[in-house]
Amino acid sequence: MPRLTPENVRRAKEIISRYPRPRSALIPLLHLAQEQDGWLTEDAMEDVAELVGVTPAQVIGTASFYEMFKMEPVGRYVINVCTNISCLLLGGETLLQHAEATLGIKPGSTTEDGLFTLEDVECVAACTEAPCLQVNYRYFYRVTNDDFDRILADLRDGDLSRDIPEHGILSRVPQRIPTGKVANITPPEDQRVPVWIERAAPDKAAAGGDEA
Amino acid sequence: MSGGPRIVSARWEIDDAWKLSRYLETGGYAGLRSALDMTPHEVHEEVRSATLLGRGGAGFPAGVKWGFCPPDVWPRYLVVNGDESEPGTYKDRILMERDPHQLIEGALICAYATGIAQVFLYVRGEMALAQERVASALNEAYEAGYIGRRILGTDFSVDVVMHWGAGAYIVGEETALIESLEGDRGMPRLKPPFFPAAKGLYMKPTIVNNVETLSNLPWILEHGSEAYTTIGSESSPGTRLFAISGHVERPGVHEVPQGVTTFRDLIYGDEYCGGIRKGHELKMFIPGGGSAPWFFPEHLDLPLEGKVVGGAGSMLGSGAIVVMDETTDAVSACWRLMRFFSRESCGECTPCREGTNWLETILRRILDGQGRPDDIDLLLDIGDNISPGPYPGPGWGAENPEPVPFPPQQTTICPLGPSAVAPLTSAIRRFRDEFEAKIAQGAAVSV
Ligand SMILES: Cc1cc2nc3c(=O)[nH]c(=O)nc-3n(C[C@H](O)[C@H](O)[C@H](O)COP(=O)(O)O)c2cc1C
Ligand code: SF4
Ligand code: FES
Repeated sequence: MPRLTPENVRRAKEIISRYPRPRSALIPLLHLAQEQDGWLTEDAMEDVAELVGVTPAQVIGTASFYEMFKMEPVGRYVINVCTNISCLLLGGETLLQHAEATLGIKPGSTTEDGLFTLEDVECVAACTEAPCLQVNYRYFYRVTNDDFDRILADLRDGDLSRDIPEHGILSRVPQRIPTGKVANITPPEDQRVPVWIERAAPDKAAAGGDEA
Repeated sequence: MSGGPRIVSARWEIDDAWKLSRYLETGGYAGLRSALDMTPHEVHEEVRSATLLGRGGAGFPAGVKWGFCPPDVWPRYLVVNGDESEPGTYKDRILMERDPHQLIEGALICAYATGIAQVFLYVRGEMALAQERVASALNEAYEAGYIGRRILGTDFSVDVVMHWGAGAYIVGEETALIESLEGDRGMPRLKPPFFPAAKGLYMKPTIVNNVETLSNLPWILEHGSEAYTTIGSESSPGTRLFAISGHVERPGVHEVPQGVTTFRDLIYGDEYCGGIRKGHELKMFIPGGGSAPWFFPEHLDLPLEGKVVGGAGSMLGSGAIVVMDETTDAVSACWRLMRFFSRESCGECTPCREGTNWLETILRRILDGQGRPDDIDLLLDIGDNISPGPYPGPGWGAENPEPVPFPPQQTTICPLGPSAVAPLTSAIRRFRDEFEAKIAQGAAVSV
């Protein structure tokens, strides 16, 4: 079972350094583990636990709450068909049925070749573009059955690999805070009044204190 | 998009507005510059007099909320709510993908006014492109000195960190958002005592604002609150984004002045959605996201104003208008919404966890032809157990003018459970005969 690679441990530490409490980095670090392996392996979760200073059970406790974290291998492409209200009205269910028939699987399962996982999901914030779906969290709008077949073919042929990375990879642009530019990763213990507030001290009420 | 004033969507047609250079060319960071020329107190007052109402669902004025932070407790945090996932809602994602600097600038203005030195921008997990755009905008803004130490040569210093979620609707609720940001399961906290402004992230004062709310700030600071309040209506100044989806000719997202424009304008106006799709007519519409009680043709002329819509028994919520024509089966639509709530209940409170599940199960059996004669009253009774009515007895329905109680009574830790009941009961009240017909049909088949 893979552990986090040294490069990913370095990236993990960089992410942790942006939070006042290491544990706050837990979800981003689980994404990092999933980016590496496509799903969350036990070893990777143990590494993450160690990095943020919690127990592996706590990591599983958090990870199991969130839909995007996969505790077992999934396809290279996870296809999420939205069937919530706006998509339902314009054929989301029909699209899902077509997807089931074409792939020969039910939502929640993966094709035998390990290429596709199908999911029936809640609103993905593209309601005016219904019915819609996501492949590895990249959008396709107003999808007809023919469009669906074309998307599958293109994924199989690798024609979409530029736009759609393998499952697990979300933002391909990591945030980078240049050294020397970090202002104040502010731990809760840091009780200082911010300087620009202090300077305007006569206006202290500005900084709150209204009757709740 | 049509004529009217464009505040937050002004750059949507510019393809590369997410890049710093284009943002600057189109007036970007002017609002921050004006803010930094004022004292934090003055900035706060400007926002207060603009009556900038929260766009995340509850419509609470941002300036007032900021004032709830206790005066002598430091540090304070800002958490930007970019978890958009209310059914029918589609606007925050566009704001993050197309104009991320506008949002960042808004967050900086809020941080300056309230003495916040660290901002977390929580982007919904499923929005990969929004994450890429926000991350690259943050990188550029740090490089150019708009974020970080001594911003634009002043003594204002703040960090903005992108955080990204992992799929859970409930995390959009502000206290769950904070739990999630602390690395936990996204389960809401009880309010009181855990009002974020008093005891938020790491138990410190925390402001939680929606993406669209903050995106208004650059304009307000650049043009002044007075100019802002000339747009829209007195109780709801400014504009709002509305996503109109479903059975209209041209579904779309539009920015319109609040309180002036009506539902009819948006749904039927040629410059907006162009009416119900050809050959069909309006049956009902959801005025403000999956949690809102339904509206019907008689509500079309209400203005898009929180107060008015609230007075009529529903809410503008997250600006999500879902239009349904006569082909829509009310029972199926209810079932799909209840399935959403049942799936997304975090499980912390019994009425919500068990109740939403039962609502879904009963609606499913009605659809499957297994409905029982007393299922409708059972649905109402379960609803009443999740969030007490009054739901008058069996005769309650279309003939009975008594509206659905709204906002629903809060019986649980967060409003999710009670919110599930309101749309369902509003549908039963109106379409009880359809529910009955479905049940009778099922009985006929199974005999
Ligand atoms: C179940 C539930 C889900 C919510 N989801 C969101 C959401 O996705 N985005 C959002 O901005 N606010 C959401 N809210 C509202 C937030 O709790 C909070 O009121 C809001 O983010 C405050 O920002 P605003 O005052 O700028 O609107 C949700 C509330 C509840 C009860
Ligand atoms: S009402 Fe539902 S979603 Fe909200 S805290 Fe209770 S169980 Fe969780
Ligand atoms: S309902 Fe499908 S994207 Fe919103």
